Amino acid sequence: MAIIERPTDVPATLAPAGAPVARVTPTTSLGAFKRPVSSTGWKSWVFTVDHKKLGIMYGVVALFFFLVGGCEALLIRLQLAAPDNTVLSAGLYNQMFTMHATTMVFLFVMPMAAAFANYFLPLQIGARDVAFPRINALGFWLFLFGGIFINTSWVLGGAADGGWFMYSPNSSGLFSPSHGIDFWVLGLQITGIASLVGAINLIVTVLNMRAPGMKLMRMPVFTWMVLVIQFLLLFAMPVITVALFLLSFQRNFGATFFDVNQGADPLLWQHLFWIFGHPEVYIIILPSFGIISEVLPTFARKPLFGYKFVVFSGAAIGFVGWGVWAHHMFASGLGPVSVAVFSVATMLIAIPTGVKIVNWTLTLWGGKLWYTTAMMFAIGVIILFTIGGLSGVTHAVAPSDTQQTDTYHIVAHFHYVIVGGAVMGLFSGFYYWWPKMFRRCLSERLGKWNFWLMFFGVNLTFGPMHILGLQGQPRRMVVWPDKLTGTGFFNLHFWNQVSSVGAFVIALGVLIFIINIVWTWKKAPIAPLDPWDARTLEWITASPPKEHNFDRIPTVHALDEFFHRKYEEVDTDDGPRLVKVKTAEEVLAEEESHADTHIHLPSPSYWPIVLAFSLPIIAYGVIFNRLLSVGGAAILLLAVFGWALEPSVADDSDYDPPADDGGNTKELATLG
Amino acid sequence: MADIAVHDVASQSHDAGGHDDHGDAGHATSTGLSNNKLAMWLFLGSECLLFGGLISTYMLYRGRHGSGPGPAQIFDIPLTSVSSFILLMSSLTMVLAVNSAKRKDDRNTNVWLTITALLGALFVGGQVYEFTAFYHEGLGFTSSLFGSSFYTLTGFHGVHVTIGIIMLLALVFMIQRNRITGDKAEVVELIGLYWHFVDVVWVVIFTLVYLIPA
Amino acid sequence: MSATTEPVEPATEHEVVTLADTLHETHGHAHDGEHIPKDGYFIKVALILAFVTALETSTYWWPDGMKSFATPALLIMMTIKFFMIILIFMHLKFDNKLFSLLFYIGLGLAVFVYMVALFTFQFFRQ
Repeated sequence: MAIIERPTDVPATLAPAGAPVARVTPTTSLGAFKRPVSSTGWKSWVFTVDHKKLGIMYGVVALFFFLVGGCEALLIRLQLAAPDNTVLSAGLYNQMFTMHATTMVFLFVMPMAAAFANYFLPLQIGARDVAFPRINALGFWLFLFGGIFINTSWVLGGAADGGWFMYSPNSSGLFSPSHGIDFWVLGLQITGIASLVGAINLIVTVLNMRAPGMKLMRMPVFTWMVLVIQFLLLFAMPVITVALFLLSFQRNFGATFFDVNQGADPLLWQHLFWIFGHPEVYIIILPSFGIISEVLPTFARKPLFGYKFVVFSGAAIGFVGWGVWAHHMFASGLGPVSVAVFSVATMLIAIPTGVKIVNWTLTLWGGKLWYTTAMMFAIGVIILFTIGGLSGVTHAVAPSDTQQTDTYHIVAHFHYVIVGGAVMGLFSGFYYWWPKMFRRCLSERLGKWNFWLMFFGVNLTFGPMHILGLQGQPRRMVVWPDKLTGTGFFNLHFWNQVSSVGAFVIALGVLIFIINIVWTWKKAPIAPLDPWDARTLEWITASPPKEHNFDRIPTVHALDEFFHRKYEEVDTDDGPRLVKVKTAEEVLAEEESHADTHIHLPSPSYWPIVLAFSLPIIAYGVIFNRLLSVGGAAILLLAVFGWALEPSVADDSDYDPPADDGGNTKELATLG
Repeated sequence: MADIAVHDVASQSHDAGGHDDHGDAGHATSTGLSNNKLAMWLFLGSECLLFGGLISTYMLYRGRHGSGPGPAQIFDIPLTSVSSFILLMSSLTMVLAVNSAKRKDDRNTNVWLTITALLGALFVGGQVYEFTAFYHEGLGFTSSLFGSSFYTLTGFHGVHVTIGIIMLLALVFMIQRNRITGDKAEVVELIGLYWHFVDVVWVVIFTLVYLIPA
Repeated sequence: MSATTEPVEPATEHEVVTLADTLHETHGHAHDGEHIPKDGYFIKVALILAFVTALETSTYWWPDGMKSFATPALLIMMTIKFFMIILIFMHLKFDNKLFSLLFYIGLGLAVFVYMVALFTFQFFRQ
């Protein structure tokens, strides 16, 4: 049991703001605002800098936006269930598909990956938190406020309606006069800051805060994939930032960047957007690749096949992904040379992806497969992502893409890889890591229903879209007319209906998942410490992990360190055999018996949420009233200075140990 | 910046083995390098993509000024070269500030930091004067693609300089009041990195925007 | 971890003048053997940069015959100044190579993607 220090002398009362500050040592605060101290109650969540709490908050909010985006999808599919339908007007339909994509990409998948990365990356490398905890908190609040901000557009004149790719000149005030696109632009700028600072944070964390012996090539694949993603974010976010600034300057300040009358080239937007946009899709898929690279070995009871290849191919995908963006622009008039170059580059990127698929499959081969829900989602990813990848290969071939582009064939491709790949991977992560986060395993019975409904639903919804696309149904069209339905087996009518039914099957699967969460919360038994006989460091902790994660930072001797502590190879008459020499409880107990005597944790802080709060205020001001922006900027300035002046390491901020009798709450020792 | 400290020596990481192994406030890091310094270089790497995008937009649109003034008509090279020289010298004074900080000479550190901020302000003043002159000669933000791109690119740069000046002055204040938490020399060094980067962006802008004949 | 000389301690009672000692004249050493060039060194670098800047500015007045060389000359001079500031003022030359790697990835990506994009706009076909 770690003994947490109490300070022996508490500093005298601090000078109130404005009083002359004669000699203030760096470790005491300025005095205007006392540092938040509670470790229980709502304040302990709002001012937290603990990566685990932030991870849960990211997850809860992301899940909420998943449901929002899902409802938007269901409305789209309702509209497209019948020809010449009138569920949604054209204007509303445009808003719906724009916001569906924006919500799913920026407010669900990316933050959900951030949830897992936040919670588990420090645990997987044996750290007690990330390198910059307050910045971590800032990232979450920016995400939450940015997401809310974008969605207020629904009731403030209409949401953005230019598609999530927001092509110009369609995005100009002339063609989209409502404020929707302004909300979109500014909201994404806000959430974009979160991604950028989060990327810096996690890269420094991985480089600098690994446990002793945790060499880079001993890190779990999930951590590796997250590292690659952070580099992608670091370098891709500024590009869309430029694009968003140019668009907002045009819409709000009269600049002419995309004004064709002034000689602007609409392709400028497309290049800037897709230079970001292609790395973005790897940002979307790589977390799930990382998750299933943990899940598959665990439930195949075999180490990951070709760890080095999986790591390097992940890095290769991240790298080559920078050279393919114009495959989104094959039909835009780039010219044959550019098209050919990007076409070849796009085909090349299938190679490292294929390497991963081979490695995952060979991980399963010869393993003693345990079909838990997490495992089934992971296998589902392999199957569905491969299908999506196959249609992707046909898109890489520019001549065939010329027919497929802007049709439902593309919609089919990216939904297979995103829903079938990224989303199913996230669900695999839910079922895998739930017992570590919440002490209970999600119900396997409900989980199987969840999985099969989603698996069938995805195929039912997006499979027919391949047909619809090749039959000529264009994307982003509010109706498909009855007179163009066609006859015969591949008619639009039947397959649109199937697709719409499929969407509701997916919805049912998601509903079962929500029910599963509630059921597990209320009724599930406490799970054992290591229910899956897992392999990596995050399982050498309590469930949920203690606030300081590890009583003693573990020393790492091998890849899959936890596995090697439990199992040893023993020579028997039948040859070498793996024998379990320690249970998870014993491994944990051994670490706890050598607990560190002094543990300092980063202190909670007001400034992240205050700073984050100022940005939507500035944004509302840009749209409605510039005075509001001035006010927001003032709060921003205050928050920045408050943050800078706040002691980064509050040496006196230690936690009392929880009393065995359940008496004392964990209170921060006050600074005075 | 906050960091996690473990004082139990037995579990400390020593595989880095470098001299400068203080991540923050004296705690060892896996690479032996400072968290904050790594963060700053990563940030500067990402800023390359930001300014690259703005510069590319300008390069694409520099010739599209319709009947309005274009680069050849409007730029005042002698004036801008003086501004450029001033910003360059501010980089020198910044380095001198960093050196003073490393020698733990607070007084000289603050002197050089203040001079750097003043030179930066002089640069920004020159920009403001220049923009006002251009505006009166018919090049506004909304006049043409050239105008929009030019003001956006140089404006972004100017905002970066201004933020740098605010940081420099805040730093002077904090050093004077002894309010720096952590490694003082490192904070000065990191602000220095930011400042030099802003200068280096101007090196590129001065050539590509002003000097290269249209 | 600096990639340069360790602080030199005299091995015998007679001080041996080594290369490191010579470097001491222009480069100081702080604690931990960290390498800090002395002020004079940076002033020299600044003077070189000022000179190159003057040279760059002079292209404004070059006669038409020389003007066609102006663009490549300017690009070369810009690159020289760029790397002098990065490597010397920003200390990248003397610091751990990891910093260089991280920065150059960003720089390299930026140059690559934007030049490719400009290429598709036929920008280099003038």
